[in-house]
Amino acid sequence: MAKEIIKIENLRRNFKVGSEVVKALRGVTFSICEGEFVTIMGSSGSGKSTLLNTIGCLDTPTSGGYFLDGVDVKSMGKNERARLRNRKIGFIFQNYNLLPKTTAIENVELPLLYNSSISAKERLSRAKEALEAVGLGDRMMHKSNQMSGGQQQRVAIARALVNDPVIILADEATGNLDTRTSFSILTLFQKLHRAGRTIIFVTHNPEIAQYSSRNIVLRDGKIVSDTYNDSIRSAQEVYESLPEEND
Amino acid sequence: MNIINLLKIAFKALNNNKMRCFLTMLGVIIGVGAVITMLAIGEGSKASIKSQISEMGSNMIMIMPGSEQRGGVRQSKDDMQSLKPSDYEVLKENAKLLSYITPSVSSQGQWINGNNNYPSQVQGVNSEYLDIRQRHISDGQMFTEQDVKSAAKVCVLGKTLVDNLFPNGESPIGCVVRFGKIPMTVIGVLEPKGYNTMGQDQDDLALVPYTTVMKRILAIDYLQGINASAISEEQSMAAMEEVSEILRSSHKLRATDADDFQVLSMQELSDMISATSSMMTLLLAAVAGISLLVGGIGIMNIMIVSVTERTREIGLRMSIGAKGRDIMMQFLIEAIIISVTGGLLGITLGGLATWAVSAIANWPVRIDAFSVILSFAVCTFIGILFGFYPAAKASKLDPIEAIRYE
Repeated sequence: MAKEIIKIENLRRNFKVGSEVVKALRGVTFSICEGEFVTIMGSSGSGKSTLLNTIGCLDTPTSGGYFLDGVDVKSMGKNERARLRNRKIGFIFQNYNLLPKTTAIENVELPLLYNSSISAKERLSRAKEALEAVGLGDRMMHKSNQMSGGQQQRVAIARALVNDPVIILADEATGNLDTRTSFSILTLFQKLHRAGRTIIFVTHNPEIAQYSSRNIVLRDGKIVSDTYNDSIRSAQEVYESLPEEND
Repeated sequence: MNIINLLKIAFKALNNNKMRCFLTMLGVIIGVGAVITMLAIGEGSKASIKSQISEMGSNMIMIMPGSEQRGGVRQSKDDMQSLKPSDYEVLKENAKLLSYITPSVSSQGQWINGNNNYPSQVQGVNSEYLDIRQRHISDGQMFTEQDVKSAAKVCVLGKTLVDNLFPNGESPIGCVVRFGKIPMTVIGVLEPKGYNTMGQDQDDLALVPYTTVMKRILAIDYLQGINASAISEEQSMAAMEEVSEILRSSHKLRATDADDFQVLSMQELSDMISATSSMMTLLLAAVAGISLLVGGIGIMNIMIVSVTERTREIGLRMSIGAKGRDIMMQFLIEAIIISVTGGLLGITLGGLATWAVSAIANWPVRIDAFSVILSFAVCTFIGILFGFYPAAKASKLDPIEAIRYE
């Protein structure tokens, strides 16, 4: 059996809103092994954002256990979690969150800037590698505002890859893109998955589940289904079948 | 995160907002420039007043006979005869804080050389007068102790007198001129000094041994005054007290008696003038300091806007591993870069403005290293002070909320 990257046991997360306690997660248990491409689905309010924040070490659970790559996150302080995010997690957001007026390569270098054990030279070569891996080897010096949405998301993916994370967390990574570009990004995710990356893709779009290896559905803070997908559809085929825009 | 990376990030961020960054800096630039210029003008005028006073002999002490009541009538001090040559002797012998001392008697009269004559004063002193008043002999020599003892009929003339008595430019040395009816041999000429702060011609006089003035001109046995110089400017006050003590005991005054003499010093005048000009300097610097403060508040204002505007960037940085401390340092360094760069430019501007003031308005100016260091230190401090709040605000953001901030 492959190595367990994420192990979540009876995870609960309560928020206090005024005098009321909102239970965002009500006892979630699952594990994710190395090399899985998991989609987490649910409508808004289902707790998927809270789950993502917890997995991403941005938030700590109220109760229950969370182990990332064998490390108990629950007992960690703020700074330790920041370090963990820097070394083990790659984030991809719906709205890319690139630094404005900054070149692609500088954006990709960013996580490594917060890791003082990496030299400037190594930083540059790793950023180049990551950009080449997402197919932007020829656009390294382009500034973020000179690129299309799809290109910007590729830069964001390169940024998530550059620290060689144990897990990639994508939050509605295709939400802002048109269908064709979405599929090109999905193709990239599938390529990364084939290369052995572990990916968690949070979305409310049920279509995307067809392209992942596993699908977890949340509702009202609980898991309602957790299914493995034996017949993964190829995003590339869909991408190629879509007509290029020419109106 | 190391400091080089932090600097890189901060420079990058400032570079992305050049115009805003420059305008923020402008507050500091003007503030620092104003402080430097104002201090330079203040210090310059202070220094020029000081040098004028010290030309007159800043450690000079003047002892004059004091006014006294006789039978209920307060006498004019010119009529007083309470200072005697013996007082001079006693002071010369006993005063430890005086470096030079001379009796002083003077008279007005007509100086005559052949067909030329000129009204001027004759100053009866000894040779130490030159050291006290910081005068020099440009030609010939000063009279000696021997001349004083023998009440010799010799004189040292000031430039104005020489010009009027010897209009053809011949050397006066060795010539015999007359003061009233008394013939005197010219043995030296004083180096010209020009007008003093009060508009008096300092070259319109002749120096003569005080004994000569007392015995041959005025026929008096008392002194009109004694001039002395303290061993240093700082010791002037102590020297004045010492003089008072010595004179009181030699005049055998009881503790309840008032002084029958007056002791004045240039130091008092100098202190008064420099206190006034220090006050002016302080006032100018305070006004300039306020503009520096306003500049600092400008930095805070812009940094707060910047933190709000870059909330998502902060969220992103945190989610990819920046600690609160890293974020705080980034914004603090940005504020410090603005204030320090502004400070350096402000110093340059202040230097230029100071130069312009001295070149165009012809005011005396002086840029102190102290004022440069002070204003630089203040604006660095302002950067830290006013950058701290926005930076702390940034570092306390919740990454979850910050990353989704619209």
